[in-house]
Amino acid sequence: MAIEIKDLCHTYSRGSAFAKKALNQVNLTIDSGSFVGLIGHTGSGKSTLVQHLNVLLRPESGQILIDGEDINADKARLKAIRTKVGLVFQYPEHQLFDMTVYKDVSFGPKNAGLEEDEIKERVEAALTLVGIAPELWEKSPFELSGGQKRRVAIAGVLAMRPEILVLDEPAAGLDPRGRNEILDQIKQMHETLKITVILVSHSMEDIARLVERILVISHGEIVLSGAPAEIFAQIEALEALGLSSTQTAYIMRDLQAKGMSLPDNIFTVEDAVAAILRALK
Amino acid sequence: MLKVTIGQYYPAESFIHRLDPRMKLLCTLLFIVFIFFITNFLGYIAAAIYLALIVRTSTVPPRFLLRGLRAIFFIIIFTAVLNIFFTAGETIVLQLGGFRITQEGLLNAGRMALRLIMLIIGSSILTLTTTPIQLTDAIEYALKPLKKIRVPAHEIAMMMTIALRFIPTLMEEMDKIMKAQMARGADFDTGGLIKKARSLVPLLVPLFISAFRRAEDLALAMESRCYRGDVGRTRMKKMKMAGRDYAALGVLLLLIAAIFALNYVAGVFGIW
Repeated sequence: MAIEIKDLCHTYSRGSAFAKKALNQVNLTIDSGSFVGLIGHTGSGKSTLVQHLNVLLRPESGQILIDGEDINADKARLKAIRTKVGLVFQYPEHQLFDMTVYKDVSFGPKNAGLEEDEIKERVEAALTLVGIAPELWEKSPFELSGGQKRRVAIAGVLAMRPEILVLDEPAAGLDPRGRNEILDQIKQMHETLKITVILVSHSMEDIARLVERILVISHGEIVLSGAPAEIFAQIEALEALGLSSTQTAYIMRDLQAKGMSLPDNIFTVEDAVAAILRALK
Repeated sequence: MLKVTIGQYYPAESFIHRLDPRMKLLCTLLFIVFIFFITNFLGYIAAAIYLALIVRTSTVPPRFLLRGLRAIFFIIIFTAVLNIFFTAGETIVLQLGGFRITQEGLLNAGRMALRLIMLIIGSSILTLTTTPIQLTDAIEYALKPLKKIRVPAHEIAMMMTIALRFIPTLMEEMDKIMKAQMARGADFDTGGLIKKARSLVPLLVPLFISAFRRAEDLALAMESRCYRGDVGRTRMKKMKMAGRDYAALGVLLLLIAAIFALNYVAGVFGIW
C-alpha cells in the first residue's frame, strides 16, 4: 500500500492572530511495505504530518492518497481509513482507560464493529506480538510497569490490524532496555506482518539501526530524503537543521581525521566495530 | 495546538489595567451595590457617563463588552418581560385581555434592564483588565478577615490559582487523548444521549488519571520547596496601593455622591 502526499499544507488557527504554518507544500511518496523514519526537531511539523495520515487533521490544501484513494474525499470512509492507518501517539499509555488490559486492547476492534471471535483472536494476537504474557491480560492496565503499559497501548492499535503503522516517538521516556525491546518488536512486526511502518523519532541511533529510508522535516518541509547512509553522511546539512548525525558517525569522522583508514558511510555501532577491527588488523 | 484564553483578560497597558486588583474588586462591588440605589433616570445617566469613561480609559474595545452582554441577553429580556406584566400600577398604557401593561411596569422593566446591563459591563471591565491570577490575589485579600473564623483564605486562593493554571494544560491533554481514541475508531459525535455519554468514558478516565498524576507531581514539587501554606509566606509581587488607586476610589465616591444628590433632586421635583 503506497502513500502519496501531494502539495500538503496545514496552518493551525487559520485566520486568527495565532495562525501558524505547520506544513508547507509537502510532497512525498512512501512505498508499501517500507520502513521509513521521520526525523525533525520539536515543532518541525512531524506530528502534524502524521496526524494527516489518518484524517485527525484535514489538509488546508493538497491531497493525501493511500492506495490511490483520496482519504479526505469521503467522510463515510473515515472509519475504514483509520483502521487502515494505525497511529500510535507519543506516550500512548496515557490513553489507557479500561478495567482490564484485554478490554482496553479490544476497544479499537469493537469500534470497528467486528465479531466477538474475531475481536478475541485479534486482541490475543496483538498482545502476544508485543510480548504481554496471558497472565497479565485480566489485570488492570494501571497496575503494569511503564514499558508494559506502553506495549499494551501499542497492542491497542495493532489489534485494528492496520496496513500502515505510524509510531510517534514510541521509545520516548523508556529505559535503554525497554527502548530496545520496543524498537526490536516494531522491527519484527514490520518483517512478519509485512506492514508499512513510519517511525517518528529524533533519536538518530534508533533510526539508523531500523529504517530503510529517512525523511528529514524542518519548518514544515521535507528537506532531505534518502537511505540512512546518504542522510547520515550529510553531517553539516543535518547540523544546519539543528539535528545531528549518529554518535558513531562522529566517532568515525574523528578517527579518520586522526589518520585511521576507515570506510565512509558507517553509522551503526555494529558496523563501526567491524570496521575498526578490520582497520586494526 | 489549542489556544485557550482563560477568563477574558484583554492585555493592554491602561490606567485601569495598572490599578491594584484589590481596589478594582472593591470599586466593582461598590458600583454594583450603588446602581441599585438609583431611583431616577438622572442617576442612570450619571452612572452611564461614569462607565463610559472607565471603558474609554481601559482601552478595551467595546465589542469585548458586548460579547459579555450577549451571553445574558435572554436574562435581560426575561426580567424585562416579567417586570412589564407583573408590576402593579395605576396608569394603564395597554390592556391585553387579563394582562395590563402599566406605566410603572414599563419603568420598572427599563430600570431593571439598565441595572443588569451596567452590572455586566462593570464586572466585565474588572475581568477584562485583571488577569485571573491578580484576581485570585485580590480575592484572597478580601477573604482575609474570614480567617478569624477559620476560612482557609490562602488555600482557597491557591487552589483557584492552580485550577486556572491547569485549564490550558488539561485542554491540550484532552485534545491529545481525544485524537488517540479517535485513531482507535472512537466516535464522539454520533449516537443518542446514552451512547454519547458512554463514548466519553475513554476520554474522561485517562484525563482524570492524568489530572491526578499532575496533582501528585505538583504537590511533591511544592513540598520539596518547603511549601507549607499560608504561614510565613511572602509574595513575589507585592500588591501595593498607589495614588492612582485612591484617585479611582475618589472618582467612584463622587459618582455615589452624585447618585444620592440626584435621588434627592428627583424626589423634590418628582422626576422618575
